[in-house]
Amino acid sequence: MSKAAELAALIGSQSSLSNRNLIINGAMQVAQRGTSAVAAAANYPSIDRFKAWENTDGAYTVEQSTTVPAGFTTSLKAQVTTADTSLAAAQYAQLSQQIEAQNLQSLVYGTNDAKTVTLSFYVRSNKTGSYSITIYKDDATSYLFNKSYTIDSADTWERKSITITPDSNIKASGGAIANDNGIGFYVFWNLAAGTNFDDATDNTWSSNTSHYNTSSQVNWMDSTSNNFYLTGVQLEVGEQATAFEHRSIGDELRRCQRYFMAFSDVSGNNRYFGNRYSTSNGFVNLALPVTMRATPTVAITDQQTTTGLDIASYNSADRLALYMTSVAPYVSGATANAEL
Amino acid sequence: MNITAAKYGTAELEPERGNTRVIATIDGVEMQIPLDPANRHYAAVLEWVAEGNTIQDAD
Repeated sequence: MSKAAELAALIGSQSSLSNRNLIINGAMQVAQRGTSAVAAAANYPSIDRFKAWENTDGAYTVEQSTTVPAGFTTSLKAQVTTADTSLAAAQYAQLSQQIEAQNLQSLVYGTNDAKTVTLSFYVRSNKTGSYSITIYKDDATSYLFNKSYTIDSADTWERKSITITPDSNIKASGGAIANDNGIGFYVFWNLAAGTNFDDATDNTWSSNTSHYNTSSQVNWMDSTSNNFYLTGVQLEVGEQATAFEHRSIGDELRRCQRYFMAFSDVSGNNRYFGNRYSTSNGFVNLALPVTMRATPTVAITDQQTTTGLDIASYNSADRLALYMTSVAPYVSGATANAEL
Repeated sequence: MNITAAKYGTAELEPERGNTRVIATIDGVEMQIPLDPANRHYAAVLEWVAEGNTIQDAD
């Protein structure tokens, strides 16, 4: 086959040449909660859309870093702060991004036309060895796909590419992903896992929801010297990874704000003033730049008064109306959380 | 999420709506949570209830 024909075949196997990355904030540019190191605790410590799970006797932090491969400006950095050299069976440490189910409908899972997808990412760690990723598909029947990859050289950026091919279960009705605003995929980067989770067969789908990785997975939590950097994350339809699709910061920010919105410095120095509604009360109305995934949980760091404070009842996915018993209402440090 | 307390709340200006939120303590932080099943905090409260816990009535 000529080079031109090979290129045409490759292009034809991909779903699109733009907007092909199903991962949001894959270049780790947006960090509305803050760029500094925060402990992982089944939370979103720093980088938007990237969740950090930690259930060990140790601890690690996540922050935005400027240690990057060529062509990038930011990465996610995880750093062990308390080591756990001997994991108990049920312990684990992971990073993840949850992808909204309705954004995965082009994969046509649950049909014979189910698409192959490819996950690619840049990774770097001082600790070399075998790591793994897991795709956890929760609708309609739960299936997990795991694949090992190796960090070959310490403190060196490496690009990894993992192709995820649907099997007969994914093509059957139980493989379907509901067309809703729930979780379609969890994409996990496994950092450490106890023996409860290491019975998976590499490069295989499983209906056993404990099959996250194989026993080759390193225990990244075993030293406070250990770090793990991640950026350039891309999940796309097709059998091969293409170059990372760089999107504008404004584009990524809007995508992130469907799930989390910070109205000001999270430390809460900026006041948002509202209006009197009657002779004794008022509202602070906050416009959302994009319709959120669900009615969010609102948090504030300060307010004019806590008397009558109601920051939930009058909200929807596309507007916030924060009520209090004051004719001169204000709030500070408002955030709206509609994460998956 | 570790939920240690949950109580319904109403909307002062629209009492006819009945319960409009749950005021819950999650991981040591008090939150006002909308009654949207797609909201992950409310989903966690519903799981907490399914485990046998009870949301207190509104004042």
